[in-house]
Amino acid sequence: MDIFLQQLINGLVLGSVYALVALGYTMVYGILELINFAHGEITMMGAMVSLAVIGALALAAPGLPGVLILGAGLAVAIPVCMALGLLIERVAYRPLRHAPRLAPLITAIGVSIILQNIAMLIWGKQYIPFPAILPQGRHEILGASISDTQIAILVLAVLIMLTLILVVQKTRLGRAMRATAQSRQVASLMGVDVNRVIASTFVIGSALAAVAGVMVSAYYGLAHYYMGFLLGLKAFSAAVLGGIGNLGGAMLGGLLLGLIESFGAGYIGDLTGGFLGSHYQDVFAFFVLIAVLVFRPSGLLGARVVERA
Amino acid sequence: MSVPKVGNLPSSKLDAELTPLLTVSGVSKAFGGLQALSDISLQVNSGEIFGLIGPNGAGKTTLFNALTGLYSIDRGEVRLGSTRLDGRKPHQVLQAGLARTFQNIRLFAEMTALENVLVGRHARTASGVVGAVLRLPATRREEADSRERAHALLRRMGLAQHANRLAKNLPYGDQRRLEIARALASEPTLLALDEPAAGMNPAERAALRELLLQLQADGLTLLLIEHDVKLVMGLCTRLAVLDYGVKIAEGTPDTVSRDPKVIAAYLGDEAL
Repeated sequence: MDIFLQQLINGLVLGSVYALVALGYTMVYGILELINFAHGEITMMGAMVSLAVIGALALAAPGLPGVLILGAGLAVAIPVCMALGLLIERVAYRPLRHAPRLAPLITAIGVSIILQNIAMLIWGKQYIPFPAILPQGRHEILGASISDTQIAILVLAVLIMLTLILVVQKTRLGRAMRATAQSRQVASLMGVDVNRVIASTFVIGSALAAVAGVMVSAYYGLAHYYMGFLLGLKAFSAAVLGGIGNLGGAMLGGLLLGLIESFGAGYIGDLTGGFLGSHYQDVFAFFVLIAVLVFRPSGLLGARVVERA
Repeated sequence: MSVPKVGNLPSSKLDAELTPLLTVSGVSKAFGGLQALSDISLQVNSGEIFGLIGPNGAGKTTLFNALTGLYSIDRGEVRLGSTRLDGRKPHQVLQAGLARTFQNIRLFAEMTALENVLVGRHARTASGVVGAVLRLPATRREEADSRERAHALLRRMGLAQHANRLAKNLPYGDQRRLEIARALASEPTLLALDEPAAGMNPAERAALRELLLQLQADGLTLLLIEHDVKLVMGLCTRLAVLDYGVKIAEGTPDTVSRDPKVIAAYLGDEAL
């Protein structure tokens, strides 16, 4: 039972990170019907930038409380990623707004390769360790253990998601985003500056990605210029699982994918008689992606069918 | 045979106020080889209900799309008051004071009636996300004010009971009125209506007629595309008639309905 609970906790923590990244995919898709494949790399950039700041601060001011250093890392990484998202939208996607849909998709892949290489040039190819600045407390619940970092990730992710729902459902920008998603043309005729709304969507998604990047690097204790690739693909799978274009779907898909991975990794050894080990963890996301595409292409919560005229 | 005539406003009302609000001069628009609009000029005066009629495919909706910034025009100039509209983006045209409705209802189907109207307020509000998340007083005031105005508009359109229903679930006539409410939310000086009576039954048409007259009484200027000739003739102070992208007549309903070119356009040349 304790193993079950442990995997549940691990899965929820992992899943909440996937959910944050998946939200970025799904928001952009909801408005532009574009898969922003560079989104995983924005997450990576968030991790790398925050680690650079955290590493420098931890060296320069070792007396500073870890949480403060982490906060500084976030405070730099979030605006950097927001600016990056804004820039990518403006330079790589907006000129292709009316191009065939394959063009921006290929551009997205190009942008992600560029970002990977920029990160590699700046930070090198090696894994960058996350300095041991955070409290390492662990808490026992019913035979399972949860760390302070895990608790912080869960709480922060839930807070961010609730805020996002509130923004989209209740605010002027949120209404403009939903209107734009339903019809860009009518929204603009009703006074919505569509370009601005689209840019805002990228900025918000990138901010979420930055936070997720910091979470991942704090959780696994390292960052790497290539980490955005797999993370991005998994988060994309999560968005598809929940129903791409649907915010609730991205959250649900992220959490489910985290749970599937966690339980899969925990039990695959037993189920295959030791033939496959927990290092097959990464496979599950893509089994899920294939299964969803075959059996329920619109995802669990179904994509909102975006009307265009 | 002449186009049916229902009634006319006294000509004194026409002469009373001739401040031009919308000035369209020499507007042309071609799609490939098709000349959709050829050298259209017209002037809508402040406070009038100006009708735009013509057979199907005459270019009425194209002209609407050109006025509202959806299409860029090839030649010519559009002004609202002293503001140039041509070359502006749709949201800037709305900001300048020209709002419109659509021939085929184009509400935000997945949003509630209230939210649809609130989107119409977008151009007249300014608050950002940060203010909303931090619940700053200015943002809350603005949001409360927007909601109050939106509710008032829904009440006026007889849609109060539908405020929280999704637009797609509203009956047809209510959807048409919701489009008008959404456009009015932007506080336009000129409201352009693209066949607002389409698909309405006689009772709904009568109610619409009353509504448009009320809006005019409130000081709004209306530009109206309508197929229902009876409605147009009874309501409009002046009309322009388009045929094959060319303005073939302009004037009071009375003059226009007797114009041979108009009769020919509607009934075919052999009717003459």
